[in-house]
Amino acid sequence: MKNRVVTWTLAASALGVGFGWAASAYAADTVKIGLIMAYSGPFADTANQMQAGIDLWLAEHNGEVAGKKVELIKKDTGGPSPDVAKRLAQELVVRDGVDIIAGFTLTPEALGAADVATQAKKFMVVMNAATSVVTEKSPYIARTSLTIPQVNYAFGKWAVEKGGVKQAYTLVADYGPGHDAESSFAKGFKEAGGTVVGADASPVANPDFSAFVQRIKDANPEAVYIFIPGGAQPPAIGKALAERGLTPPKTKLFGQGELTLPEALESMGDTAKGIVTTFHYTMERDDPLNNAFVKAYRDANKNRSPDLFSIGGYDGMHLIDAALKKTNGDTDGDKLIEAAKGMAWDSPRGPVSIDPETRDIIQTVWIREVKEVDGKLQNVVIDSIPNVKDPLHGAAK
Amino acid sequence: MVGQVAVILFDGFAFGMLLFVLSVGLSVTLGLMNFTNLAHCAFGMLGGYVTVVLIRSMGVPFLWTLPAAFLAAAVVAVVLERSIFRLLYRAGELNQVLATIGIVFVAAASAAYIFGTGQLPIQLPAFLRGSFEYGGQRFGLYRAFLSAVAVCVAALLVLGLEHTRFGARVRAAVDNQRVAQGLGIDVDKVFAVTFALGCGLAGLGGALAIEIVGLDPSFGFHYLVYVLIVVAVGGLGSIGGSFIAAALLGIADVAGKYLVPGLGSFLIYLILVAVLFVRPQGLFGRR
Amino acid sequence: MALTETRPMQARAWIRRQSRWSVYEVLFWLAALLPFYFMPTYLTLASQVAIAALFALSVDLILGYAGIITLGHAMFFGLGAYCAGLITKAGWGEPLTGLLIAGAFAALVGWIMSFIIVRVRHLALLMITLGLGLLTAELANSMRWLTGGTDGLQGVDVWPIFGRYDFDLWGYTAYAYALVVLFLGVLLARRLVNSSFGLSLRGVRENLNRMPAIGSPYRRHLQTIYTISAGMAGVAGALLTQTTETVSLDTLSFQRSADVVVMLILGGTGRLYGGILGAIIFMVARDQLSDMNPQYWYFWIGILLVVVVLAMPGGILGGLARLVGKRGA
Repeated sequence: MKNRVVTWTLAASALGVGFGWAASAYAADTVKIGLIMAYSGPFADTANQMQAGIDLWLAEHNGEVAGKKVELIKKDTGGPSPDVAKRLAQELVVRDGVDIIAGFTLTPEALGAADVATQAKKFMVVMNAATSVVTEKSPYIARTSLTIPQVNYAFGKWAVEKGGVKQAYTLVADYGPGHDAESSFAKGFKEAGGTVVGADASPVANPDFSAFVQRIKDANPEAVYIFIPGGAQPPAIGKALAERGLTPPKTKLFGQGELTLPEALESMGDTAKGIVTTFHYTMERDDPLNNAFVKAYRDANKNRSPDLFSIGGYDGMHLIDAALKKTNGDTDGDKLIEAAKGMAWDSPRGPVSIDPETRDIIQTVWIREVKEVDGKLQNVVIDSIPNVKDPLHGAAK
Repeated sequence: MVGQVAVILFDGFAFGMLLFVLSVGLSVTLGLMNFTNLAHCAFGMLGGYVTVVLIRSMGVPFLWTLPAAFLAAAVVAVVLERSIFRLLYRAGELNQVLATIGIVFVAAASAAYIFGTGQLPIQLPAFLRGSFEYGGQRFGLYRAFLSAVAVCVAALLVLGLEHTRFGARVRAAVDNQRVAQGLGIDVDKVFAVTFALGCGLAGLGGALAIEIVGLDPSFGFHYLVYVLIVVAVGGLGSIGGSFIAAALLGIADVAGKYLVPGLGSFLIYLILVAVLFVRPQGLFGRR
Repeated sequence: MALTETRPMQARAWIRRQSRWSVYEVLFWLAALLPFYFMPTYLTLASQVAIAALFALSVDLILGYAGIITLGHAMFFGLGAYCAGLITKAGWGEPLTGLLIAGAFAALVGWIMSFIIVRVRHLALLMITLGLGLLTAELANSMRWLTGGTDGLQGVDVWPIFGRYDFDLWGYTAYAYALVVLFLGVLLARRLVNSSFGLSLRGVRENLNRMPAIGSPYRRHLQTIYTISAGMAGVAGALLTQTTETVSLDTLSFQRSADVVVMLILGGTGRLYGGILGAIIFMVARDQLSDMNPQYWYFWIGILLVVVVLAMPGGILGGLARLVGKRGA
């Protein structure tokens, strides 16, 4: 009985929305952006940081893109479920009549929704999901975050050429991004003449790293390369390494930037000093644009610092705005993706552009080292590699 | 080689002890009161957040926050026991599952709303950081501390249950609720206190876990599986069983990952299935 | 003499009476057609609700009717999903045969597992199903060459149904397809539970020790129903693959195993429509609540679960049935 009441209520509300959509271009002075992200579940923090980046951009621009009011429609996937992401994308298109779909915390979400973007010819901005293949799934996708090979391949080379390391042990999380990171770091590392003396993959939900760290200790390598998702694991692995005395300068530690996010540094304490990481965004980098961004972000988010997710959302909004300006507000997917190709701008992370061929982001890769500055541990930029493209696009079959 | 084995045993034991403190309460409530409390780890999360708030906002020393975490979880447990759980004792396990899962949902959403979705790190006092060296190998200080706390907890529990009046009441109430009631034991009160004790221990476990596994709003779900595994393998209602199962699982997990890293993620589940297939009542279960 | 002759007759008549279609059932299926006309923008949601309902029905067969409690049934859902996806990658995208093959594969694995399952009860059973489910998920993650790992299986391509009805953006085909399969699943389940086989299962659920005493081969019965349930879960998983053309590790996750049990208990176990109603309420509530508040919607889901348990201990359908004054709506 109850379900029929629900059914009827839903039917009534659906009718209303349906009619709204039928008169599709009814409000040419608003742009509807559908956001598909993992707002709940284990990746909620990522989605929240992305959302805060999006919100900050909107707040700085009166809630408008290209002179039109923005209406955000947020959809929660709850985790890496492509089926849910695809359904939400379909609903955003047919029910809410969005002009642009964006967000995408995780790769499976982006891959699930890609078909819908193609079918419905909607501009799709990937603001995080970092597997190379994502942009190849639909010609309507542009990405404003990073790809894992992008920051790690160059880093592998750097580790040998400038880091002065000849052999390394790799430890990555046992899932897609981890394996991407391992293979691209190892590729760059070997090409520059280094040798990988051992490689392990730890379970994604690994609560305790002592076993893996002991294996590293036994191998006694010159350096260790680590890739693990942000959250609880970076401090856990940092402490496990410190307990075994595997800390710089005795053993060099390399990793992707998640390893030394502010929360992780706070928890690891002094043992984190000397860890070298590669990233496309460095919050501590002294640059007027970045300083203003960090300050505004902290003010708006109870003093929480921005991270890679925030900047992905922030720049994603910039790309939408700039592309729309170029099409004079036309939200047609074909025109928007054309406009996005080759777009270049100065972001708080540094100069970035959208590769016209792959629609992926081209950016500077920053090499940073953890140092104590004014009594606080920070990631200090020690080197930079400008205009890095994803090395896998076109290279893979 | 001997040194490495010692380190593996030490680390595995310490990780197992963390699981023990988190799970022993559930073993007690499930085994003694026949109450399926899937919200057990939510109490652990509560204890963790109490510790984090006390340290970060009020500067309370870490050691003092541990009893606070225990007390906070125990007090909330009593409130919930008196208001909601009491109604569920006779409702069957399916209803208990549904209601307690509901409570985990509420707890996770509340934690995300109040404390945010990010990690909240803490700084340990200096005497618990780093490692000490013995026989050429390095052992984590915090892990040693954790193991010591867990062993104390286990000893206190066994002593309390075997050698105090209250322990005798609990055992009587469990063995035969009706006769115990007939003998004038206030079974309701015994259960309430037992429940509070169990959840308090989860709170203590949550506080101790921050340093090893971190703390975020998904804690209540994330560690539920591990806790259930320890309880099932150890056997319901057996404190010694939980202790040995937790130590075994911790050591097997660490040793397995060390020796055969490719098997790392499977091992704990393989042990679970194998043990329960051979001994459905768990290693030390009575039924 | 006369007495012994009438007994099987009475029993058969009783079963026939039990399996008669009630007016509520007919109304329910008519209502299930409404989304086509009144809520076309909710069709994709409706198709996923139907899939979840079929999955919940498969769990009801073992949990509600045979007392086999499980926290690992996503294992079969996921196996069906991956099987259906892999068939299309191998070059056979025909959906109906794909569905059958995936179901048969899941049933086969279910049959093998059933030898373990029937030997344990209670907490051990719960934990063994959980362990097996997690093992399968880990296996799928480590076999990246086959499953695509965390990124999910890529290149799933399903042909149109009967070569005519393609899976459209609005979800007309998806919902029609899922609804028909759900209906067939309910027909099968009705037939099963309203038979002497179904009755002996209920006997196992109520009292395991007495069934052998009256000569009922309870282990074989349990194995049969477990196999059928696994196959049905596999079909549900395959449906998800075919209607969304995606497969990911998520289909095998503990979360999915737990969700389906929650849906079933929420709706009411051992009532055929309990799982279906639970799936509708859980998923529609989730959809609506997460639209309103994408970050904290599960707070209200939690409240819903607690309230349902306290107000209607037999699930929503149990509560409704009590209100109507009839059993087994």
